[in-house]
This record gives sequence, C-alpha cells and structure tokens, in this order.
Amino acid sequence: MATLSPAINLEKPEKEALRVQFGKTLAELGAQNPDIVVLDADLACSTMTKYFADAFPDRFFNQGISEADMMCTAAGLASVGKIPFVSTFALFASGRAWDQVRNTICYSNLNVKICPTHSGISLGEDGASHQSIEDIALMRVIPNMTVVVPSDAVETDHVIRWAAAHDGPMYVRLVRPNHAVIHDKATYQFEPFKIELMREGKDVTLCGTGETVYHALLAAKWLSERDGIEADVLNCAFIKPFDVDTLVQSARKTGKVVTVESHQFIAGLGGAVCEVLSEHHPTPVKRIGTMDQFGQSGKPDDLFREYGLDAQSIYESVKAFMR
Amino acid sequence: MPNPTPQIERASRPRPTVEELQEITRKLRVDTLNMIFEAQSGHPGSSFSCIDILTCLWSYVMKHDVNHPDWADRDRFVMSKGHGAPALYAVLMHEGYIPREEIHTLRQVHSNLQGHPASKYVKGVDVSTGSLGQGLSAAIGMALGLRLNNSPAHVYCLIGDGEAQEGQIWEAALSGAGHKLHNLTAICDRNTLQIDGCTENIKPLGDIGRKFDAFNWHVIEIPGHDFNKIFEALDYAKQYSNQNHVPTMIVAHTTKGKGVSFMENQAGWHGKAPNAEQMELALKDLAPETYFKRLQEAQ
Repeated sequence: MATLSPAINLEKPEKEALRVQFGKTLAELGAQNPDIVVLDADLACSTMTKYFADAFPDRFFNQGISEADMMCTAAGLASVGKIPFVSTFALFASGRAWDQVRNTICYSNLNVKICPTHSGISLGEDGASHQSIEDIALMRVIPNMTVVVPSDAVETDHVIRWAAAHDGPMYVRLVRPNHAVIHDKATYQFEPFKIELMREGKDVTLCGTGETVYHALLAAKWLSERDGIEADVLNCAFIKPFDVDTLVQSARKTGKVVTVESHQFIAGLGGAVCEVLSEHHPTPVKRIGTMDQFGQSGKPDDLFREYGLDAQSIYESVKAFMR
Repeated sequence: MPNPTPQIERASRPRPTVEELQEITRKLRVDTLNMIFEAQSGHPGSSFSCIDILTCLWSYVMKHDVNHPDWADRDRFVMSKGHGAPALYAVLMHEGYIPREEIHTLRQVHSNLQGHPASKYVKGVDVSTGSLGQGLSAAIGMALGLRLNNSPAHVYCLIGDGEAQEGQIWEAALSGAGHKLHNLTAICDRNTLQIDGCTENIKPLGDIGRKFDAFNWHVIEIPGHDFNKIFEALDYAKQYSNQNHVPTMIVAHTTKGKGVSFMENQAGWHGKAPNAEQMELALKDLAPETYFKRLQEAQ
C-alpha cells in the first residue's frame, strides 16, 4: 500500500511545475514513438509543448487560436493511427471545444490525449475568464472519456507515459504554477485507475485531486499533531473511472469524508465521491471547492486561501466538520 | 500501425457511361427513400442533393477495398454533413460495406444505421459526424497523418452549404491551406437550402467558392448532378492539389431533393419522411421512365 514517503517534507516541499514535466516527458516519448504527434492552439510556450515542437517540428501542429478545429484535427490524426496529444488552457479544451471533444473524439472513441494546462483557480492573475472550474465536470460526463488529475510533477510524468501507451480518449488536467512534489521519484509506483492512499488514519477521509492532495496532506499532518485527529488522505487522480473500492473502504473505516478540489464543488471530485458513496456506502460528505462562484485575479497562493483550498483552510473546515 | 496492408492494391473501377450512372443512382435513390420511409424519419432532400457525388466517389474515384476495410492506404471519406447519412448508407450498401438486409433498420434501436454516421457501427465511416462543422477539421487531421505516414491515400470530405455557417468550417479553411495539404479534396453540396429556408435569407453564404479562394484553397465550381463534370472535377482536384500542395474545394451546385419532383428545391423536405401517399408519388418519379425523362428535361 502506497503511503507518503518519509523523504517528503510537507512543510517545506520541493516545487516543480507539472506543465514543464509534461513538456519534457512528451518530448522524451516523441523520441521513442514516431506516431506521437502534438497539437497546440498558440500556447506552446505556456503549455510547454514547445519542448516537443522544438525537437520534432514535423510532428507538431500549431493550429492557431482555433480550439474547436484543433480537437477535430486531432481526431482525424488519431483515426489514421497517430497518437495525438492536444494542449491549450483547460477552459478552452473543455469548454470552448466541448462539442468537438464529445462528438468527434469520444463518440468515435478515438485515441486523443487532451492534456491542457492552467486548470482551476491557480491559473491566477488572468482571472475568472481563464480559470476552468467546470472542466472536470464537463469531461467526466462524456462516455468513453477517462479523466486523470495528477497531483505533482512526478505523477504527471507517469500519467503521460501511461496515457501514450493506453488506448482511448483521455483528459489529463494540469496546472500552471510550480507545485509541491509529494512523490519520491525513486520509489513512486504509478497504479492506473487506483486511488492512492497517501496517509492512513481512522477518523476522517480527506479526498484531494491534483494540487489539493498536497494541501490535504499538510492539513492532515496538522490535524494529527495539534488535535489528535487521524485522517486517511486519498489522492483521487482518476476521477473517471473512479476507484469505488478504495473510497468505500476508507469511508467505511472513518465514517466521514471531505473532498477538496480547485474546481466547482458541484459535479467534480466532490460530485463523483457523493455519487459513489450514496450508492455504495452512504456517508456524510463535506465538499470544498469554488462554492458556485467564479474565480478572480490574484496570486495562486492567495486564491487558494481565498477559496478555502489551502492547508490552513482545509484544517479549519475539517475540524468544524468533525464537531 | 494496426491496419494490415492487403497484397493487392485495389484500383478504382473503370467508369461506366452517364446512362449507366443515372440508372445506378436512380436505384440508390429508391433505396435511400425506402430507408427513410420505413424509418419514418431522416433527410431525403439532403440525401438526394449529394447522392450522385457520393456514388462517383465511392464507386469510381476512391481507392478502397471492402475486403480490407482497414487497409492503411485506403482513401478516406468524411461525411461532414452527417444528416445525409441515408445516401451514404445506400452507397456503402452498394459497395458491400453494409449488408443489404440492414436496409430495414435505419434509425431503429440496435441498428448500425444510426441517424448520423457513427464509426462504431459502420466500416467506411472513420469519424462519426452529425454535429455540423466538425468533419472538415477531422479530414484535415487525416490528411496530415497520412502525409506523415508517406501514404498515397487521398482524403475526401463532403460539407453542406448551410454547414458553412458554422465558424469551425472557416477555422478549418485556414488550417487546410496553412498546412499546404496536397491530399485533401473537399466538396460543398451547394443546394442553397437549409432547414428553415434559403441559405441566403438566413445567414447569406454568398459566393462560397470565392470565399475559399480567398482562404487560399484551389476552387472548382461544377453543376453537381453532371457525372462527367463531377469526375472531371474530382480528378483535376487531386492532380492539382498533389502538384501544388494546396487543398481543393469543389463547390457542387446541386438541387435539394433531386429526383423527386415535389421534393426538389423545397426546404420542407430537408429532414422529413414521406407518408404513404407521398411515397407512392415519389416512387413514380423514381420509376425509370419518369426519372430519365425528367433528367433529360432538366438538361
């Protein structure tokens, strides 16, 4: 059973950008597999597909600011045997091009890897117009789609390698900032479709996805040290398909579940957890996310505090929920 | 690559006379209408405007092999105007991709003949379509991928004229020329009608050919029910695009509902099934004598 490596210092973590790792891994995969192609919509320097573009210009297609066109072009490439990785900002990949993702990619069950960056509110200063807080919901309702939200750069590396080798449409949600590394590169073992139990407790279950796994881990540490509350911390990287067994096992043990996501508290991780539990093991759930409101401009850390997603806010919310 | 390459490359068939083609497409029109009548649902007007082009493409222009439907170097076709599905199904039935007995299953539960073409159910459909404006981009993706594979395959894509009101068509128009594609021929079924009426009264499309020309495509305009012109345009398009690395748009001026007198040029028949009485009248129009007489008169 995976747990947090003692090598990880949660109070002073190493930080790495998931999107940089994505770009580097993609370029490495490009050297190994000539069928991998990459498409971007004029954001290659932000999504970091530029690493691939520089190394393999013939297999990189900058589609310009045309996300709808880009998604369907990727579908066409996949239909003739290519393995397209598509990137842009998450809002445009999931919202702007939703119909294209649904009808041309997923309905045809084509092997397109949609790997947008700048998801959630940590996109920061550009503000609500660019912050995708609905993308997990939009993507997970589409049949045939797999949705993965890596928690750090180490997991990103493994997810991207797995995605390249695993057939079918996929949405891999990445973020902009440098973010805490919570996996030990040397020992980490990626298990697709599984919730990763990162800390074991008995009193409450904390579910995170993406960036919020780190904040949940730090909150759990403080809950233990300061209040004697022991939390299971689950890294729910696979939003779809969801690992029902591991969640139910934890909920059965703790009887209380808190979900935290940089996304609407509706229909994302919290929604998925409530769906699973209400059907398999009804359990009180506290959902933390953007509470049916848009984001705003600000520095990522400030926004995480503002929307209650940082470790201190989670710590306080869990204590209130436990009372 | 998942697709095995057949031992024998299948060349396109020798082309029949115009009279023979008229008889083939007359029968395919009957098949199409039978499907729609039995389903009591579907798009007769939109099928009849493009069925002559589809027949030329699938039966005499495209290189494909029904015995090797996954042949990597087969020519590709994207039915971007997916609502013309009954016409495509009739042609794919004629070509052996769809068993004849499925003619009775259009739009029924558990049928392979979905309301709009779905790759999951029909060989010969590589990308599902139906939501308008998306197929041309997919065709461009295919052309890019085949070019990377050094494949001799050519990609064909049929769009509707009303479909060109979708913004994505013009995103794709920019892309196709920008990528300097040598292996893509698009055809626009310019029948001037859409569900609610005349395209020019709803969102005027004007001169579609000139617009694609301004987007740096090679453009050919043809009367869309003239078999000689269709072949000539398809042949020249491929040759020109191959040599000049620019995709071609063939604007085919067609008649909505072509072949059934009361359906012709009527927006109301875009997507409506005939009742029993109308079916009887339609089949009279599609009986050989009347059909050929009307074709002669139209010339």
